[in-house]
Amino acid sequence: MKQIPIHGDALVSPDKPKANLIYKNLGSKLKAFWSFFEGNPPALIGGFLLTLIMTMAVLAPVLASHDPDRRVARSHVEPSAKHFLGSTRSGRDVYSQLLFGAQKTLSVALAAGAIAVFIAIGVGVTAGYMGGRVDSYLNFLTNVFLVFPQLPLLIVLAAFLGQVSSLVITLLLGLTSWPWVARVIRSQTLSLRHKEFVISAEVMGESRWRIILVEILPNLVSIVFGGFLGTTIYAMGAEAGLGILGLGDSTEVSWGSMLYWAQTSSSLFTGAWWEMLAPAMALALTGGALALINMSIDQMSNPKLKTGKHMKLWKKLKREADQRRGLV
Amino acid sequence: MMNELNTPVLKASGLIKDFPIGSGNKASMRALNDISFELHKGQALAIVGESGSGKSTSARILSRIFEETAGLIEYKGIKLKDFIKKFGRLEYARQVQMVFQDPFGSLNPVHTIYHHIARPLLIHKRTDKQGVEQAVYDLLELVGLSPAYETSLKYPHQLSGGQRQRVAIARAIAVEPEVILADEPISMLDVSVRLGILNLMAELKDKRGISFMYITHDIATARYFAEKTAVMYLGHMVEWGDSDAVTQTPQHPYTQLLLSAVADSARKDTVEFKANTGEIPLWGKESKGCPFVSRCHKVIEPCHQTMPAIKEISSGHFIRCYQV
Repeated sequence: MKQIPIHGDALVSPDKPKANLIYKNLGSKLKAFWSFFEGNPPALIGGFLLTLIMTMAVLAPVLASHDPDRRVARSHVEPSAKHFLGSTRSGRDVYSQLLFGAQKTLSVALAAGAIAVFIAIGVGVTAGYMGGRVDSYLNFLTNVFLVFPQLPLLIVLAAFLGQVSSLVITLLLGLTSWPWVARVIRSQTLSLRHKEFVISAEVMGESRWRIILVEILPNLVSIVFGGFLGTTIYAMGAEAGLGILGLGDSTEVSWGSMLYWAQTSSSLFTGAWWEMLAPAMALALTGGALALINMSIDQMSNPKLKTGKHMKLWKKLKREADQRRGLV
Repeated sequence: MMNELNTPVLKASGLIKDFPIGSGNKASMRALNDISFELHKGQALAIVGESGSGKSTSARILSRIFEETAGLIEYKGIKLKDFIKKFGRLEYARQVQMVFQDPFGSLNPVHTIYHHIARPLLIHKRTDKQGVEQAVYDLLELVGLSPAYETSLKYPHQLSGGQRQRVAIARAIAVEPEVILADEPISMLDVSVRLGILNLMAELKDKRGISFMYITHDIATARYFAEKTAVMYLGHMVEWGDSDAVTQTPQHPYTQLLLSAVADSARKDTVEFKANTGEIPLWGKESKGCPFVSRCHKVIEPCHQTMPAIKEISSGHFIRCYQV
């Protein structure tokens, strides 16, 4: 890099800016990251909860007090200092099961969400950008998948395959839950397609794939991320649902299979509420955390949804104005 | 050598462009009807007209965004199709660049200014990988965006409209084009920065010999910037020639109407504003006559039947109107 003249004689030394640049970029990235949470309670709460849950899942081997697969207590022991969340009918430690179950459930949900979003990006962007015949074929495919009743289909497939492992469930969920994300991405791509920066890239001679990947896709980040979170919530619910119905592998520890065993042992009837409530609350909290983050992403990509201090300020000003006019 | 000087860089003759209307392919509207013009090296041709007159369509046909329905385009004396066959589409894309109207829309909001200027350099291999950085800074300095290094790190939303249009121009000249198609480059800018952009383009035209096709609806800037001016109405060229002749002694009723709309406090001869406020027709394949009849105050019978022939009223000043 040669020297760059800036405003007359002053010269920037050749090496300095680059080193500064890295810090500057990192700084601005962190700033951008923080600005997402600043003044945004849903994002803060959701982010905090999700971080907590993820950390607990990752650190399960450290945090767990017992082996989740071993019989470590008598049947249906109440929550105590030794067993934080009590024990199951078969004498497993609920707290430890919850931690290890989080690993399974979250990895299934996140992997299914990732698979779905990858398919959705491929189908949606290609359809939106190429248009014409490619678009109508892909749109047809999307519609076919969209009208499939997903959960019944999953139940039938899972039942047909017998008790299936979590890997199969991941694939099933990933391969069936992409269409709505694909539709959103397609319509957004269609509107970007005719923006002048895409046309100017075409006129300049940029290749198709570069236009799709470098010019269009970065503009879809918030939609893609929102779609990812939405699909993840759905996949988590579906995994638990299949688990409760006993269609998953009930020997694996996941929140779904925990609910299944809690149900079959009729824990609520026998007063062992902890066995049912612990995984149910975990599911609700995780789903809630993801939904809160999703909500804040919606607000970011569509500022009209934004409430909070701007609205408060407006209301305050209006109240003051009304008082001045003697309307209140 | 003489011959080369006289050959226009870009020449269009008898361009016609139809757009289908609706989903059925039968109905169509004629956006361009028998358009002919020449672009010469180091000169600018201004195309003036109101919205829907086909100005942008002409530019988009030249930049190959659209395909013409009929007509002939010659680039450097050979047919455009042959040129593309011989040298490739990419080479044509390099030599004929476009600057868009909306400086807010023509830059990608997620990329830095550096990306926007480096990409054309890399696509067309104007420099090697090491030279790109310096080339980008040089270009930014050239279009008056200094300090270049700081500007190159910014994102489009951090620049003003005028600065963004300078970036768009820098991007266009990065690949050393022969022709720049400027589609209303200043119409969306604040009045205060328009002159700066016009002067920048004039400098590029004079010093680098770039030919400009300058599309505008502001006939006053056409006279300031361009050597030749063509006035379009509803896909037809109604009056064209040297800018001075067209703007100082306008003959066509539409050109007169356009000029009477230019605010000018110094004007003494208060031109009487004469026009019917008729509807603007939808021009199709079967439409006939002069497109301006519905708004013209000098209509005579033949106007409804056929489009007037081209008349040269003085040297290098052409018009299509029965009344002149």
